[in-house]
Amino acid sequence: MSEATSGTAGPRFSIETEGRTWRLWTLAAAAAVLVALPAFVGRSALQDLFFVFTMLALAQYWNLLAGYAGLVSIGQQAFIGLGAYTLFAATLVAGLDPLVAIVIGGVVAAALSVPTALIVFRLRGAYFAVGTWVAAEVFRLVLAQVKQLGGGTGTSLGPQITNAMVGLDWIADTFHARTPVARDIAVYWLALILLIGTLALVYFLLRSRRGLALAAIRDAEPAADSLGVDGFRTKLVVYVATAFGTGMVGALIYLQKARISPDAAFSVLDWTAYVIFIVVIGGIGTMEGPIVGAVVLYFLQDYLATFGTWYLITLGALAAATMLVAPKGLWGLIGERLDWQIFPIRRRLRQR
Amino acid sequence: MLAWLDTIIQGVLLGGLYALYAAGLSLIFGIMRLVNLAHGDLIVLAAFMILALAAALGIDTFAAFVIAVPLMFVVGYGLQRLLLNRTLGTDILPPLLVTFGLSIVIQNGLLEAFSADSQRLSIGGLSGTSVPLGGGIAVGVMPLINLGAAILIIVGLNLLFYRTPVGRAFRATSDDSETAQLMGIDNGRIYAVAMGLALAVCAVAALFLGSRATFDPSVGPARLIYAFEAVIIGGLGSLWGTLVGGIVVGVAQTVGARINPEWQILAGHVAFLIVLIFRPRGLFPRTIE
Repeated sequence: MSEATSGTAGPRFSIETEGRTWRLWTLAAAAAVLVALPAFVGRSALQDLFFVFTMLALAQYWNLLAGYAGLVSIGQQAFIGLGAYTLFAATLVAGLDPLVAIVIGGVVAAALSVPTALIVFRLRGAYFAVGTWVAAEVFRLVLAQVKQLGGGTGTSLGPQITNAMVGLDWIADTFHARTPVARDIAVYWLALILLIGTLALVYFLLRSRRGLALAAIRDAEPAADSLGVDGFRTKLVVYVATAFGTGMVGALIYLQKARISPDAAFSVLDWTAYVIFIVVIGGIGTMEGPIVGAVVLYFLQDYLATFGTWYLITLGALAAATMLVAPKGLWGLIGERLDWQIFPIRRRLRQR
Repeated sequence: MLAWLDTIIQGVLLGGLYALYAAGLSLIFGIMRLVNLAHGDLIVLAAFMILALAAALGIDTFAAFVIAVPLMFVVGYGLQRLLLNRTLGTDILPPLLVTFGLSIVIQNGLLEAFSADSQRLSIGGLSGTSVPLGGGIAVGVMPLINLGAAILIIVGLNLLFYRTPVGRAFRATSDDSETAQLMGIDNGRIYAVAMGLALAVCAVAALFLGSRATFDPSVGPARLIYAFEAVIIGGLGSLWGTLVGGIVVGVAQTVGARINPEWQILAGHVAFLIVLIFRPRGLFPRTIE
């Protein structure tokens, strides 16, 4: 392999990724501001940011699947629902602290994603997409049979559980806040932690050898295969990691909602359609795109959600139109033109 | 024992309905490798079209159905020509995401136009009529016509595929679209005709969907899933396989419902997953992806 470049007088190349020091400091500063935010803004702002952070984390995971691993799933609601139901089971039935239950939610979602993957990975492309949806429906219908968790109508977390979370008293004392406000601050921080963890996970995965393998599989699977990239294994790792993260986010979302039903927790509209919208509008296949998309969705939601059906018609049409007219999304229109990236995951070939 | 036989007969009849849902999906996939995520919503759209035509023109359901079939052909032709042809290519994302967006647009458009109320297509005395088979088992006339229609449509599509110039063009485009184009076939037009045909079949499916049970704008995605399961169980590219696939899902659902009414839908999905585990390419695979 290396003979071709080193032995002869031909051109020599090196593969480079952009540096990260100043970016890391900028991002750390942004994170510090967000951590301190509850001291300065009110509850409704925190709730809005909770929505943006959780949707953005979900969008990053879906983007990792569809934009990098070529696994277009329309069944990610499976892992939202599994994480959320695990949280309810762990707190209501097993009496665990919600914080622990969120992590268990991720673990259970990841564990169940393995047998799911072994079945749906038999389907290719678009059929894989519908297959993941069937899997999500199976989980929904099975959980609707569990009477201890409310069956088809669902159940709620009482204040004796949500108010007993570790650290809530400390927040209440520090911010001189009542318990419901302290809860909002706590779930806001948890959402921020999950979001930062998600961004770090996706970033380091994509910069790693496995990320290179992913790009190779996406661009030419047979060629990658012939060079020894294990496509199945790489995709499985990404699918399970995504399920773990999605499960934790699902658990957190339903800790905040404190009320669950199978139809809501496994809703394809809430947990997959909006997420796809964010990624497609923002720009699929980049880490920055979903950030733009999440902000766009937040403002659309704010201004148009009262129009109900027309809001959804607009979203659907906008996503379809973006795919046709500007398949790289808003970030593709801005970021690529400026040759600018917040998360330097692109590899460049440079002639020495 | 007789009760179980009855359950299986009802399941086979239900399978006829699922085969009708699936025939269009199977046709489209066979010709242009497109998976239309709005397929179920288009069936529901056709049902509302029949309902609205009957109400607006003051005619009965069957007369409205006769108008709806060519109308749905036109909708399919236009949809493919103006929108879906632009999504086809090597990348699977554009067709998936555009049809997913379309699904949301159709669902909410119907919700806006017809509200979330449950509707039913009135078919007069036919709805209650049944044929006794002896031993206390009786089959409804409408479900029987439904199964007959499914078989007729599959025979018809097979004849069209293998005995007509259009069918030859379909097969040529399916096998190698670039070479077909070199031979003077307008792929864009062929795809549009195929989608038109698929949606005309959707109109037939809609008649039986709407007369068998109630429907509302939100039931489309579930129809897509049943259709999809029938196609995969039957094996990609085989229309007869699709009929068998529909029957497998139908029988699994009625048997599941007989054990516990809440398990009906789940049993259909489980049958699908079992087939996927043991015969990942379906029961009668024809095409290789």
